Amino acid sequence: MLLIDCPHCGPRDEIEFSYGGEAHVVYPEDPSVLNDAEWGRYLFYRENPKGDFAERWIHSGGCRKWFNAIRNTATYEFKGTYAMGEKAPTIKEGDAK
Amino acid sequence: MTTASSSPSRRTDAAPGHGIDRSQPITITFGGQKYDAFAGDSLASALIAGGNLQTANSMYLDRPRGILAAGVEEPNGLVTVKARSEDDIDETMLPVTSVEATDGLEAFYVSGQGALDPTPDPALYDRKHMHADVLIVGAGPAGLAAARAALQGEARVVLIDKENRPGGSLLSSRTAQIDGTDGAQWAADTIAELSENPDFTYLSRTTAFGNYDSNYVIALQYRTDHLEPKHREGVSRQRVWHIRADQVVLAPGAMERPIVFSTNDRPGVMLAGAARTYTNRYGALPGQKIAVFTTNDSAYEAALDLHAAGAEIVALVDSREKASEAATAAAERTGAELSLSSAVIGTNASVMGDRLAAVSISELDADGALTGETRTVDADLLAVSGGFSPTVHLHTHRQGTTTWNTEIAGFVPNDDVTGEHCAGALTGDFSTQGALDTGTRAGAAALAAAAANAGFDPGSGSGDAKAPSAQVADEAPLCGAEVKPLWLVPSATGSTDDSFVDLQRDQAVSDIERAYGAGMTNIEHIKRYTSIGTANDQGKTSGVNAMAVLAHMIGEEDLGAVGVSGYRPPFTALPFAALAGRERGDLFDPARVTAIQPWHLEAGCEFEDVGQWKRPWFFAKDGEDMHQAVQRESKAVRDSVGYMDGTTLGKIEIRGQDAAEFVNRFYTNGFKLLKVGKGRYGVMCGVDGMIMDDGVTMRIADDRFLMTTTSSGAAAVFDWLEEWHQTEWPELDVTLTSVTEQYSTITVAGPKSRDVIAKVAPGLDVSNEAFAFMEFQDAELSNGVPARICRISFSGELSFEINVDAFYGLSAWKLVEEAGAEFDITPYGTETMHVLRAEKGLIIVGQDTDGTVTPDDAGLGWAVSTKKKHFIGKRSLEREDSQRPDRKQLVSVMSVDKKTVLPEGAQLIAKDADPTPKKGSVQDPVTPSNGQVHSYGFVTSSYMSPNLGRPFGLALIESGREREGEIMKSLVNGELVEVEIGPLCLFDPEGKRRDG
Repeated sequence: MLLIDCPHCGPRDEIEFSYGGEAHVVYPEDPSVLNDAEWGRYLFYRENPKGDFAERWIHSGGCRKWFNAIRNTATYEFKGTYAMGEKAPTIKEGDAK
Repeated sequence: MTTASSSPSRRTDAAPGHGIDRSQPITITFGGQKYDAFAGDSLASALIAGGNLQTANSMYLDRPRGILAAGVEEPNGLVTVKARSEDDIDETMLPVTSVEATDGLEAFYVSGQGALDPTPDPALYDRKHMHADVLIVGAGPAGLAAARAALQGEARVVLIDKENRPGGSLLSSRTAQIDGTDGAQWAADTIAELSENPDFTYLSRTTAFGNYDSNYVIALQYRTDHLEPKHREGVSRQRVWHIRADQVVLAPGAMERPIVFSTNDRPGVMLAGAARTYTNRYGALPGQKIAVFTTNDSAYEAALDLHAAGAEIVALVDSREKASEAATAAAERTGAELSLSSAVIGTNASVMGDRLAAVSISELDADGALTGETRTVDADLLAVSGGFSPTVHLHTHRQGTTTWNTEIAGFVPNDDVTGEHCAGALTGDFSTQGALDTGTRAGAAALAAAAANAGFDPGSGSGDAKAPSAQVADEAPLCGAEVKPLWLVPSATGSTDDSFVDLQRDQAVSDIERAYGAGMTNIEHIKRYTSIGTANDQGKTSGVNAMAVLAHMIGEEDLGAVGVSGYRPPFTALPFAALAGRERGDLFDPARVTAIQPWHLEAGCEFEDVGQWKRPWFFAKDGEDMHQAVQRESKAVRDSVGYMDGTTLGKIEIRGQDAAEFVNRFYTNGFKLLKVGKGRYGVMCGVDGMIMDDGVTMRIADDRFLMTTTSSGAAAVFDWLEEWHQTEWPELDVTLTSVTEQYSTITVAGPKSRDVIAKVAPGLDVSNEAFAFMEFQDAELSNGVPARICRISFSGELSFEINVDAFYGLSAWKLVEEAGAEFDITPYGTETMHVLRAEKGLIIVGQDTDGTVTPDDAGLGWAVSTKKKHFIGKRSLEREDSQRPDRKQLVSVMSVDKKTVLPEGAQLIAKDADPTPKKGSVQDPVTPSNGQVHSYGFVTSSYMSPNLGRPFGLALIESGREREGEIMKSLVNGELVEVEIGPLCLFDPEGKRRDG
């Protein structure tokens, strides 16, 4: 059970959270100007790295706020969390919390 | 049934008996025979004290077996424990070594397979959460030393241990002294001393069975089985502890391995450490003429202890070439002959029974082959030690890696789990002083780390804690001298069929050979091919041996490269009842009920689960079945008037300056220009353009909307709106509130509904002119309750929805009942609602749609605005694929025979599909065995309609709308049925009934 540091509530159990996939995938300002391939890329393509990954979480069983996190997908380790709209913190390679 | 113990007592006072209370005699009944025992005994030790170590025969090969171990790793002895009291049930498949003997306990052996007691278990099981700065697993010398070092300053320290008393290996020792005190006593004193600190928690009889991310350890505690029945009342029988710790100290010890040789499964072959535990902890001698077979020094300590307790040591067999100090000393003191470079190559039973009577000993040459004469020695116990495997399970649960340590011939954990500290035998140091040293260091390190993380003062103990000092006479820890593992003792006959690796699965070396012969060289494949390690004991005594036998076969000298199959939670078998805890019966899942529920219950309606909601399904009258009730209800609504509890409809209030803009971005049709006082049906799509929900949204004020959603989609829609607001459009001024449970909603539908509403809300002008379709009015009900009444229809009939504060829901319902009495108003449930809406071709999201259906596919193209520049899903609907003319479209289907109700999910195939196609036929076959069957679509909803006078359904069919009037086929219960494709709306297609 991961311990996730909600930027608004502090560290809480994983069961209080829901996962929201890759972070910083911006909704196109005007989808109508995109061709099918570009729209398809926005709609269906996501990164799937082994290692640090910026992703979205929501504290569904708590403050119900969305936030972003940097998590290592191989070790599950959270390198940091940050509120929506904030810049991602810089994570050094192998930097453990 | 015999009543008196027929076996001689093997209890001895010449051994300490650290774990038993000789002043508290108890009696147990095992296999119908009574055994005298002492408080503190395990079932296994009580049986061994009674001279009986034979278990049930093995499950697959029916071979006689005996108790091998003294702990959770026991592979042979599995028991059923009879109900301990009247309100208890039988439990089965428990290791005989793990069950604590209590007065009056009845049990018997099972052969690898037990029967579940079908009686409901009335015992309580619960769960508790706990936070710790330092959690220590294992209360042996290492764990206790760690606790002493960690319990400083403000640290909260939790120590859990699976045994009924602290001490771990100290309980199995004859001579261990810690700081001048008897080891077992020191353990008890240490717990007593630490327990004076309120920040210390010690949980005995508690097994850590899983170790998860961020130091989350789950443990099972047995709380009442050892108590007298009167003390069990009101106490949960088992508790699952969820412990979140900043730092974890693992001190679980190590488990001894058996040796693989021919007939190594005979009753009387026992792990040397287990023989020592039975002797020193329980004062029960497992044998009288004991042979010892070892690959390392540890067994000599056992030999001396057994000898001191009165047993005769008849042979010392050592795989190593040179006599170690411990070997020489043991030979001298026990008088037994020491055979070096030797192995036990076989065992024999006496003609009288199954138990070991003699062992055959042979010398081994430098290559490990048998050499010289084989000699036979009479013995009733063979104490074996194939070395020790550190109990790395909890470490590997966290993806912690291990390294093969050739010095101890075992895997030791690497330091690669954050916040974890290993101590004691787990680290590969098997000495008592080593346990105290590593434990103290681990405890101090854990304290320092926890204090730094939590920002408290670690007190004086941090970093410089002094380890207690151990004095152990005769201690011969495995690491004290060379270890020479004997992974596979050659068999005299050449057959390896009875050289067992996994005793519980009855798998021998020959089975691994077969797997290898079939091409398997990976231990994970071997495990699954042979089933080694998959039994109740999860291969605790067989894992490393299986790996080593495989390594031998594939010629791999580096055992670490072969590896063992992964250990997963749970560490020991545990009851589902404990995992379920209180979440049984009514507490299994929360049930949501409406304010009108008491009336429904009284009316005797059947309920349908919709999400967590209990919704009235149908109201059967006078012995009606469901079909009859639904036909009556459906007809009543169309002929006169019916009413339904619609409370579960999701309701979300959307407020703010940008509320209109916000709502407008979700629905496929326009909401910006919706007038206050009016509602509009809307379809909501995902970004992929597929229908995700629908419902009517009303504009309460310029800056205030009330959105309704499907009953089961309410939470998802609410989350969806929040997600977009928070992550994409935070600049919009909107606030979202779920108000589903704040309102009770009563639907009144049918030609007479206007009359009913006129009576219920006397001040309201209900005429069509004053109160048009898709409008709402605030009104006062005749009982003074304020209500919002809407003209919305999900049945095609004239229909009203009364919304009141949930507190008044029941009284409003009764008001409708009274007012409708003269029109014979009929309560109806979800099934009738489904029939009525389907007759009108109105979809239910999730039933008629499945995430691949666009609004146009569902016949809702009219609700997709062509003028709106943007709504979620719009760009996807413009994709070529979303506009293919051969997409599946929702249409109605009717069986041509007017009798068959098509099953939901029935596939529609070509009209000329041929059940018996000839070769070269161009027609589609009917069954896949004759070739590919093209499915044009499938039925999503299907009912008998009293209003159409025939069965009908809705179906998603390729180019469905073009096929109106076409006949297709469907296979129903093995019969081909002709099906006519019709328009989506079959009843009142002009919509004349809507306004009454």
